[in-house]
Amino acid sequence: MSGVRVLVGTRKGAFLLSADGKRENWTVEGPYFAGWEMYHLKGSPADSNRIYASQTSGWFGQVIQRSDDGGKTWSAPGGDIAPGPDSFLKPKPNKFLYDTSETTGKPLTTHQWYNGTQHPWEFLRVWHLEPSLTDPDTVYAGVEDAAIFKSTDGGKSWQELSGLRGHGTGPKWQPGAGGMCLHTIILDPSDPKRMWIAISAAGAFRTDDAGKTWKPINKGLYSQYIPDPRAEIGHCVHHIAMNPKRPGVLFMQKHWDVMRSDNAGDEWHEVSGNLPTDFGFVIDVNSNQPDTIYVVPIKSDSEHFVHDGKLRVFRSRSGGNEWEPLTKGLPQSNCYVNVLRDAMSVDKIDPCGIYFGTTGGQVYCSNDDGDSWQAIVHDLPAVLSVEVQTIA
Amino acid sequence: MIRVELPYHLRNLAKIDGQVQLEVQGIATLNSVLDVLETRYPVLEGTIRDHVTKQRRPFLRFFACEEDLSHESQDAPLPEAVASGKEPLLVIGAIAGG
Repeated sequence: MSGVRVLVGTRKGAFLLSADGKRENWTVEGPYFAGWEMYHLKGSPADSNRIYASQTSGWFGQVIQRSDDGGKTWSAPGGDIAPGPDSFLKPKPNKFLYDTSETTGKPLTTHQWYNGTQHPWEFLRVWHLEPSLTDPDTVYAGVEDAAIFKSTDGGKSWQELSGLRGHGTGPKWQPGAGGMCLHTIILDPSDPKRMWIAISAAGAFRTDDAGKTWKPINKGLYSQYIPDPRAEIGHCVHHIAMNPKRPGVLFMQKHWDVMRSDNAGDEWHEVSGNLPTDFGFVIDVNSNQPDTIYVVPIKSDSEHFVHDGKLRVFRSRSGGNEWEPLTKGLPQSNCYVNVLRDAMSVDKIDPCGIYFGTTGGQVYCSNDDGDSWQAIVHDLPAVLSVEVQTIA
Repeated sequence: MIRVELPYHLRNLAKIDGQVQLEVQGIATLNSVLDVLETRYPVLEGTIRDHVTKQRRPFLRFFACEEDLSHESQDAPLPEAVASGKEPLLVIGAIAGG
């Protein structure tokens, strides 16, 4: 029987939660990297033993960690290479340098700062790691200040795909309250050259040539908090999800509004429907039912906790607009947690398992498409990210 | 032999137990000591000094001989007691955060 491994990043370390395909009895391991902020962990679809992790700290900066044995042991790629006479050639672990080269790094741009002035790009941390669908040694990193990097040597060295920052709208991008982060990377299983990314607060972008050139794909988004609510860029996209069995149909949780695109992001339309509030961070798609989607509504952008003191996942079986609250097993009083943008994931088992983590340190699992929920753990540090691997 | 004491998280990161002892050629300065440290432990590159500017990260401090060297030039000679190994160079994480 297949099983699952849930990779949980928290403010104070990482945890691995494992179960068989029934997803009822769990083994909890960790903390790994205790005391560090673990922004994101994700396993390679091509090799379930290969896991990448973003380890970060306000004191010590960014470290990339990698496991080649399913999380039992970890090392910083390239970080333990013995120095030698050619040490200047050694890989630069954890080094994310914006491309300023004459050949690929032009035009150099600045971005908008909180006070409206232009500000140089400054690397802060890796928000999201997206391993290649086919090559365990290839992985993409979405970083703050917003940019996308690629490694083809298992995380030992990183090169920016600078066409994104340099394509023209960069000077209009601006940080949201959480910083100017590139937090979503989606790879198209039907077209290896197509990729989607999202940035707070710039919007969604797509490449059709493997990252050389990019274009904004925000038509149909409406954001009252920017001077031109229908501007080409400037939208605070919180997360985008896609069922890999139906590439090109995208679901977005924007700052406010749940959106859908049926043409790879060229146009979006709102599907918030009867949600009690359409502010939120997470969104995901059932792996077996491409029109079944999940969100966790948050009260507002001023009050980042669930609506009405009730932790409710809302499910639409119609691709949006008609939503039902899922409450069985979830606290329905005095609950004031948030669910951050990368803290929901789905497995590939049927019925689909859905997982999410809260800022209160709970990680919940449903093993029946969302009908009922159990807390795998109650008392972790605040959860930053949740990813699940389906293990054959 | 110069002795360097790292904060808890960096010792864990580099899998170091206790103080590090480093052989530094020429005049011992913060930069020359950290260059040798990062060569031996590449994972520490970028964690004490910025990758590009080589400036001290804001929430770290350099102490030695009961003095704060954090705002001294990183190319200034370290105190003789540090250069001779009598006293350690302390890399300290600032008290901040939750």
